[in-house]
Amino acid sequence: MDVIAVNGTQYQVDTSGGRPLLWVLRDQLHLTGTKYGCGLALCGACTVHVDGQPTRSCVFPASAAVGHQITTIEGIGQTTVGQKVQQAWAQQNVPQCGYCQSGQVMAAAALLSNNPQPSDTDIDNAMAGNICRCGTYVRIRQAIHSIAGN
Amino acid sequence: MALGLLGACAGAAADSPLFEPIASVLQHPRCLNCHTVTDYPRQGDARVRHLQSVIRGADGHGAPTLQCAACHQTANTGDGFVPGAGDWHLAPLSMGWEGLSAAEICAAIQDPTRNGGRTLDQVLQHMETSPLVLWAWSPGTGRDPPPVAQDVFVQDLQAWAAAGAPC
Ligand code: FES
Ligand code: FES
Repeated sequence: MDVIAVNGTQYQVDTSGGRPLLWVLRDQLHLTGTKYGCGLALCGACTVHVDGQPTRSCVFPASAAVGHQITTIEGIGQTTVGQKVQQAWAQQNVPQCGYCQSGQVMAAAALLSNNPQPSDTDIDNAMAGNICRCGTYVRIRQAIHSIAGN
Repeated sequence: MALGLLGACAGAAADSPLFEPIASVLQHPRCLNCHTVTDYPRQGDARVRHLQSVIRGADGHGAPTLQCAACHQTANTGDGFVPGAGDWHLAPLSMGWEGLSAAEICAAIQDPTRNGGRTLDQVLQHMETSPLVLWAWSPGTGRDPPPVAQDVFVQDLQAWAAAGAPC
């Protein structure tokens, strides 16, 4: 067993067998807001923050999380930026089916923490790895700009 | 059109037969995909542009909040589909080899302005021991290793350097 810090709380978890962090979050900690999309680092649905950096939890070994601060969609609202992102997402009615949106919110929160006034190019560079099958990209961009304007 | 040409391996023979097997490694997709002359990496044996419009970024590690390490961990994933090795990143633009002939690559890797200020010894050390270079011989599912075995590559490098690193 290993101890990992998720959303500010220490948890004892089983990281054996090279299991990805996503499995630990969902199956052991029951933090099911982080989604499984592709399992191949291709879609971004499983994005969490590792020390503030967006990371694909489906390919990130849980053992590598030891000693780092993990933030998931359940915890991002505890940050000022995360709260703003969630509010903007609600105001702009961004989600369609919603499946990709945990990852979108995590990617947007990291972008805005790093760069409070992102250009369209900055948004593309930061968000291009988060795929939305419902095509909510225009609303995602609007929501990010609305926060940058505040 | 220009990008298509850059995407292809130059594959030209070196003037020096001692450099030819080395060139066959350096011009292989495992090396060229991250030794690009563009602001993005390529991927796979077909050397397509990296999925998701991944960019080089200021220091070769991707965009500030979409870093290479978001997906590429210190080892390949268990199924081998997502490649990984320590400090996954692109070579600097100054070390781009796309479109260069074998002889031109041979000159470039000995030119401190295009090899990161390395001595020949340090270039050899990079090619013999860097985790990113060594990964090329364990590239995971669906990717070919370079055409020369890693231990033979090291011998080839030593023989080439001992002969004065001819191009
Ligand atoms: S589930 Fe991790 S990137 Fe798709
Ligand atoms: S809202 Fe449905 S996949 Fe993005």
